[in-house]
Amino acid sequence: MSRWAIEVNSLNKFFDTHHVLKNIDLRVSFGEVVAIIGASGSGKSTFLRCLNGIETIHSGEIVIDGVKINDIKVNLNKVRQSIGMIFQSFNLFPHMTALNNITLALQKVKKMPKADSEKVAFQLLEKVGLEEKAKSYPSQLSGGQQQRVAIARALAMNPRVMMFDEPTSALDPETVNDVLDVMKELAHEGMTMIVVTHEMGFAREVADRVVYIDDGRVIEDGKPEEVFYNPKNPRLRDFLSKVINV
Amino acid sequence: MQYDLSALIKAFPFLLYGAIVTIRITALSIAIGLIIGFLTGLARVWPNVIFRTIAGAYIELIRGTPLLVQIFIVYFGLPALGMNLDPFIAGMIAMGINSGAYVGEIVRGGIESIAKGQMEAARSLGLTYWQAMRYIILPQAIVRILPALGNEFIALLKDSSLVSTIAIAELTRTGQIIITRTFKSFEIWSGVALFYFVMTYAISRIVKYSEKRLRYGE
Repeated sequence: MSRWAIEVNSLNKFFDTHHVLKNIDLRVSFGEVVAIIGASGSGKSTFLRCLNGIETIHSGEIVIDGVKINDIKVNLNKVRQSIGMIFQSFNLFPHMTALNNITLALQKVKKMPKADSEKVAFQLLEKVGLEEKAKSYPSQLSGGQQQRVAIARALAMNPRVMMFDEPTSALDPETVNDVLDVMKELAHEGMTMIVVTHEMGFAREVADRVVYIDDGRVIEDGKPEEVFYNPKNPRLRDFLSKVINV
Repeated sequence: MQYDLSALIKAFPFLLYGAIVTIRITALSIAIGLIIGFLTGLARVWPNVIFRTIAGAYIELIRGTPLLVQIFIVYFGLPALGMNLDPFIAGMIAMGINSGAYVGEIVRGGIESIAKGQMEAARSLGLTYWQAMRYIILPQAIVRILPALGNEFIALLKDSSLVSTIAIAELTRTGQIIITRTFKSFEIWSGVALFYFVMTYAISRIVKYSEKRLRYGE
């Protein structure tokens, strides 16, 4: 077992000639919850997408749970099983029930028998408070419920790390807390989490560390109290004054 | 002048037989077209540029030339290369290859209409590209392309009248033959039209029904 859950060394990424991620370094220990904050277009979502190989990188190194993922010899499908990914737009499979959204990868990737996979799925649906919605299709669920099913789906693969890409940004305000509560529970259970978020309250309360990204660079990286109450960088100060206590 | 219904009634069994030949050749061409079309559609969105180019060239070539000429090439042209085909087989192959190009474009459009996040979510769970295609993308795409596929099947059924030119006794050819004997043009052609309409209407109903069956979560 490696020392870090996630280790990123001088990561660079371009979209054509646009340099979106500039020499990013990041180390995350097991059990740590890291919130990534920053303005829209700062590169924080792109960074997260690089971490599970959805986006390719141009230089640098990404090591997840001891496996260097930006290596042509590595089996990305295998690596991705240990990384749970939660998207802003949920991305549930609309042609499948909540239950089947969860069991699909268990059956097709982990080759688990149907009955066993359904047992796992029901346990996870119960964990996110939606066991009575097992037979519902995504279109019959609210945004908050869909996102909780998406979390259950990712957890089913028993990931070492969970990544959240603005998990509450597309939600109605009244369902945001249901999702944040599930995430808090995960954090308390010791899940390693990286959360790209605009929920400053969540970052302050739950995160062990807050990373501020601006224009593709990590500008500040520290404990929430340092980053929120004693920001050193003027751009971070400006950003915080816009998003907190408006 | 009068509509001679008895001429049509007398011709009915022959037209019915011709219609059955039409159904057979169309159904077999649809099957070939679906297989080629799905492979072509998948190749068109395939990450590898070589497959994409070959599939693209096939579609352009087929769409850019008349089906009648394609039928002639297969039936009259291939024997020059030493391949003698039975008319029915030649017609079926030409129609299947022709339909495959159109189905390929329909399939490509359907796949591309599925939000990118679906593939990303599937891959992030550890599914391979093919598993994601098979279990996530294609099932959703097929529901969306059913109406377009229905149109294609109907067009193909009507275009099957073109194989009458290579002596296949399908519905149109049967009508022609009966008219050369009876001179009842109007009666027979309207009967032929009615047969075509019943068949295309049946396809249209079947497609509508499958659309309803396959829709999910409503």
